[in-house]
Amino acid sequence: MVTLRVRADRDVCIGAGMCVLTAEEVFDQDDEGVVVVLMPEPGAGRAEAVGRAVAACPSGALSLEGDQPPVR
Amino acid sequence: MSEAPVLPLHMRRDGFDPVPELSALREGEGVRRVTTPLGLEAWLVTRFADVREVLGDSERFSNVLHRAVRVPGMEGYTEEELARLRAGNMLACDPPEHTRLRRMLTPEFTVRRMRALEPRVRRIVADHLDAMERGGPPADLVSAFALPVPSLVICELLGVPHTDRGDFQRRTSRMLDLSLSFQERTQAQRESREYMAGLVARAAADPGDDLLGMLVREHGDDLSADELAGIGSLLLLAGHETTANMLALGTLALLRHPVQMALLRKEPERIEAAVEELLRWLSIVHSGAFKVTTTDVEIAGVRIPEGEAVVCVLPAANRDPGLVPDPDRLDITRGGLGHVAFGHGVHHCLGAPLARMELRIAFPALLERFPGLRETGRAPEFRSFHIVYGLNSLEVAW
Repeated sequence: MVTLRVRADRDVCIGAGMCVLTAEEVFDQDDEGVVVVLMPEPGAGRAEAVGRAVAACPSGALSLEGDQPPVR
Repeated sequence: MSEAPVLPLHMRRDGFDPVPELSALREGEGVRRVTTPLGLEAWLVTRFADVREVLGDSERFSNVLHRAVRVPGMEGYTEEELARLRAGNMLACDPPEHTRLRRMLTPEFTVRRMRALEPRVRRIVADHLDAMERGGPPADLVSAFALPVPSLVICELLGVPHTDRGDFQRRTSRMLDLSLSFQERTQAQRESREYMAGLVARAAADPGDDLLGMLVREHGDDLSADELAGIGSLLLLAGHETTANMLALGTLALLRHPVQMALLRKEPERIEAAVEELLRWLSIVHSGAFKVTTTDVEIAGVRIPEGEAVVCVLPAANRDPGLVPDPDRLDITRGGLGHVAFGHGVHHCLGAPLARMELRIAFPALLERFPGLRETGRAPEFRSFHIVYGLNSLEVAW
């Protein structure tokens, strides 16, 4: 089984905070509001929430590698 | 203007719903070129996936409308005057200029900062409910609650004296009212900037802990006085016009859907999903900023040439069966974040975390305070010609 990995492009992030609202254990914002990935390999149990966070991200800063959970 | 103003197609509604013509457009060709009553030719984009594509692509769909499109009424202004009116307006620029301005503001709107503001917002909400209760029924929910709560919140956040609210609420309302001429709206915009320039000058002399003080202190060397006035003016407008109308229209929507309201009263932990569903279903911002194509593009199989105006019809997109099943039904149990009520892409609403927080506090507090909340016999007044949809008045009793 492929491990689910989350990537965040901090140059693209606009600090909307949707990922934090969707999957708080996995994402945070630094003092500038820019995304920080707390858990780069969030595990299958969080795959659904992480998938929603990636789909909801307004700037397209988030991406997934590995097993793709359903979006939205 | 002597002729009665005509409402642009993308702003037409039947109460809460986009008019059937907009739904038919979405289910049919998806994209159509129209002449707006403002005299501007524009392409309406109505499907959820297409709207996301347009809003998510700031390279092909620019927010710098004036570069390619002449808005009727603009002829009377010099380029210098128009540039001053645009300075600091994040909605009128693209990256990297947009990125520069937005990055200065994002630290003020993080999820953590919003949580720190929650106790103060709860206090403001409770104070207004107290006053409403003391006054007794009937009350106009718009002037007693929906408008003053977000207005006071954004005033405190920015550092704007709330005692000035009568004047700036009148001005921001005029800036957004498309039944007025371009000249009248521009005049209101100019007055708003002059007012904000005065506050910026005061903040420069003695910067406080508020947002204007922070901008002066930390970015005073990078921002012109015009940009500071523009940022403040946009945030003041966006901070209360939008949340105020979500509160008023959202309350009416719940009152008109008693099963949904009863469910929310019984299970208040549903509030987060309920707020998202109300945002989706009401889509009070009809379109957001118009876009202009920077190259020939194709949307929904329709070719749009370079240099043409594009309007994303948010209520139509949020009622797309491609987003949720049975989209015209209000169902607070679904409530995903995937809608485009706050837009999408780099211009996604900066204040969305603030709006969400205010709505998540204000709706339950209102329902809890007045278990018998109801409409009186007086019909609520919808405001059709505003760039932000909503209610002018909503008389309630309890």
